[in-house]
Amino acid sequence: MLMCLAIPTQIITVSADQQGATVSIDGIQKEISLALVEEIAVGDYVLLHVGYALSKVDTVEAEKTLALFAEMKGLETMEPLK
Amino acid sequence: MRYIDEFRSGELAQKLARKIRHATDPNRQYNLMEFCGGHTHAIFRYGVPDLLPKNVHFVHGPGCPVCVLPTARIDQALYLLEQEDVILCSYGDLLRVPASHKKSLLKAKAQGSDVRMVYSTQDALKIARENPEREVVFFAIGFETTTPPTAVAIKQAATEGLSNFSVFCNHVLTPAAIQNILESPEVREIGTVSIDGFFGPSHVSAIIGSRPYEFFAEEFQRPVVIAGFEPLDVMQSTLMLIQQLNEGRYEVENEYHRVVSRDGNLKAQALVAELFELRPLFEWRGLGQVPYSALRIKQPFNEFDTEQRFNIPEIESKEIKGCECPAILRGAKRPRDCKLFGTVCTPENPMGSCMVSSEGACAAYWSYGRFRNVSPESDLE
Ligand code: SF4
Repeated sequence: MLMCLAIPTQIITVSADQQGATVSIDGIQKEISLALVEEIAVGDYVLLHVGYALSKVDTVEAEKTLALFAEMKGLETMEPLK
Repeated sequence: MRYIDEFRSGELAQKLARKIRHATDPNRQYNLMEFCGGHTHAIFRYGVPDLLPKNVHFVHGPGCPVCVLPTARIDQALYLLEQEDVILCSYGDLLRVPASHKKSLLKAKAQGSDVRMVYSTQDALKIARENPEREVVFFAIGFETTTPPTAVAIKQAATEGLSNFSVFCNHVLTPAAIQNILESPEVREIGTVSIDGFFGPSHVSAIIGSRPYEFFAEEFQRPVVIAGFEPLDVMQSTLMLIQQLNEGRYEVENEYHRVVSRDGNLKAQALVAELFELRPLFEWRGLGQVPYSALRIKQPFNEFDTEQRFNIPEIESKEIKGCECPAILRGAKRPRDCKLFGTVCTPENPMGSCMVSSEGACAAYWSYGRFRNVSPESDLE
């Protein structure tokens, strides 16, 4: 087990008191705690760690980061790594 | 899974590898320390070093929670199990960590002690509710990522009046440890370890934010890039560190914007501040006594503090002879420098904590790094 590892998961339901939620991990539904986060809605991605949502995953920022990886300014002419 | 698979793309990895090659100055060395075991794990699992120029080196840091826990703390838990009729709950990896005299929590369990593996602090609370006549102790370890869930549990126990629940608190702090490494004689005077820049923690930073690193980027003139745990995150962060070093900058930059902000998770921080206070001194395996580097439970919640509740003596631990974990945790040695590596010590039969958790450098070398010299290739798809 990776102690500091947290994984992004999508919220499926939020409990009435906003303190708990269900997520699906590899098709298995799991109850998690929302005690450490605020304003979480169904459909949001959160970082799940030892049964707790630690923070929301900002999906706009995620796309920006991926776009940055793909950016190839001035490198088109370099031959690929063998 | 979404937000995982995209960050493991082999095609993007090749692009990033080219960018890194392009940016690297062949006339200098780049020694980059990844503080977190999560990064160590990703670097080895995906064969990231094979994609990078030879003068870019990863130096493995101490950011593996079970690795840095001093043996004496496990000895103390074993003492408690012998003296009192307690149910001891802990996260999985901890059970296998070798204690003094060839003991471990797993062995104690096999011999009849009530040791239970839990996934969450909520599980530990549940065990306490179901066993009101028994004392339930949660063996809490971990960095800033894992502390808030412990805080929630204590608070909940207080609210519910769950008076048979207590926490054996071993939570430690990342910035204090990084500072300790930078001030260590190996880095400062002897110069045996050279660290040019840091990968900042991913999920620790989700809680504490990027701000706490600003102090030592400035003070020690080393760049820090907060990096996600996926292989492409590590590669992009490598590029960012190389660029900073080339330009002579030493700033805190954030590659992991999708999760980390400058301020972090304020709700979690407030909760931790309400429940915990700094210990003046705490021992880390490998780093020794580090001032203000760990937390203990605050006075109003003493009732839930295992150390206040039971009489647990200081115990002098006995380390396995030949285990190089302490030097490895400081970045001063590599797993292969240990004579026990791969022969006496394997993940099935660990002699030291660095071989237990998949975040430990020895376990990562064993699982993914052993054959690297023979057939270098990356595992990125
Ligand atoms: S290989 Fe085993 S004995 Fe050697 S340093 Fe690593 S954990 Fe310790």
